[in-house]
Amino acid sequence: MALLLLSLPTYSQENPYIVAYDHNLEEPGSLEVEYFSTFGTQRGGSDFHAYWAELEYGATAWWTTELYLDGQTTFGDSTVFTGYRWENRFRPLKNEHLINPVLYLEFENTNGADKILKEVEGHDVESDYAEPNALARQERTREMELKLILSSNYKGWNFTENTIATKNLSNEPWEFGYALGASRPLAMKGAAHRCNFCRQHFVAGVELYGGLGDRYSFGLNNTSHYLGTGLAWNLPTGWTFRLEPTFGLNDKSHQFLLRWGVSREFSGFGSMVSELFKGRRE
Amino acid sequence: MKLCQFVIACVVLFSGIVAAAGPQESPKGPESNSVYAELKKAPEKYRSKANPLANDADAVAAGGILFEEHCEECHGKEGMGGKKAPSLRAEEVQSSPPGAIFWILSNGVVRKRMPVWSKLPEPERWQLVSYLKSLGTAAAGSKSQGKP
Repeated sequence: MALLLLSLPTYSQENPYIVAYDHNLEEPGSLEVEYFSTFGTQRGGSDFHAYWAELEYGATAWWTTELYLDGQTTFGDSTVFTGYRWENRFRPLKNEHLINPVLYLEFENTNGADKILKEVEGHDVESDYAEPNALARQERTREMELKLILSSNYKGWNFTENTIATKNLSNEPWEFGYALGASRPLAMKGAAHRCNFCRQHFVAGVELYGGLGDRYSFGLNNTSHYLGTGLAWNLPTGWTFRLEPTFGLNDKSHQFLLRWGVSREFSGFGSMVSELFKGRRE
Repeated sequence: MKLCQFVIACVVLFSGIVAAAGPQESPKGPESNSVYAELKKAPEKYRSKANPLANDADAVAAGGILFEEHCEECHGKEGMGGKKAPSLRAEEVQSSPPGAIFWILSNGVVRKRMPVWSKLPEPERWQLVSYLKSLGTAAAGSKSQGKP
């Protein structure tokens, strides 16, 4: 915590996506501390509020690593910690291209009560989330998740496509999913004066995501899909706020999710840590 | 797929990623050893590009604010250089065509910790170029010449 206080908060230009990833990685040595929250409606059960804390660190300009801690509160039931995730994103190409690939590798150790809906894959449907927490948390899930992120920045717009493949390590079939996103700042030029409410600090976007079945039943049958419209507000002080109302697109999906997040980026965190271990400060 | 096959697949994938993104071979010759050698790698298409905001009265001031937000932490106050990144007031930078600087901003030098700034819209990158060009040359450690 002391290191965070000593690090400099820095401006980050974040897209409004909650689920989709673009090819922009964390700046090297910077740490981003994030909190995300999802309120979801639930037919056949109680509505819920799921949340995660995230530490995102730019190890190099081509590698970003992240740790997530997940939890949820189901109204009228209980509040439970639901697990952790360790995520890595790698940028294999050194230059910017029209389409930029990023490889994503994540290990998840969660329980069945996890409701953060960080991605949707396989045959994830709304009824899976209706089980009481006491029962659901008994199920352990250890998964490896791979994503191919293909993203473009073009004339101020970002377009991204994520293909998801997930393997539960307890000998279950591969599951698939997708996420698509498009976003654009409200202004293309920076203002010549300092301001918090200038249009260039706001980025609007839309994302579409859902499951694609599994190895044995690939397709849209018995899958859920969502459409969200989001706005990110990147403050010059290093804070970013995101808000995304999301709507289920079929009767297998939650009807409505309200997702929001707050994050703060600290530059120079890596240098602070390395100086700490060297035993000196410059 | 059995678990051991899955683990082997992950290890192979990870090794490939690390190999592909590993450190570059050391460039040959004194010119290419310079931290500024990347500027010379800018394609002619970019080198010949004129700054579309060259006559924009606000570009330098806006670029200065963007510089403080995104670049100053590594490149130092007014581009004088820092522990992590070189001075942008060096002759090599100041004499480079605006398009070459724009190309570096757009592509980064990811193997040498310079991030890709394509997430900034093109006009903002050109505003940064305007600001950098307004600074002029200076020896590291001397007072700045330009200010937004």
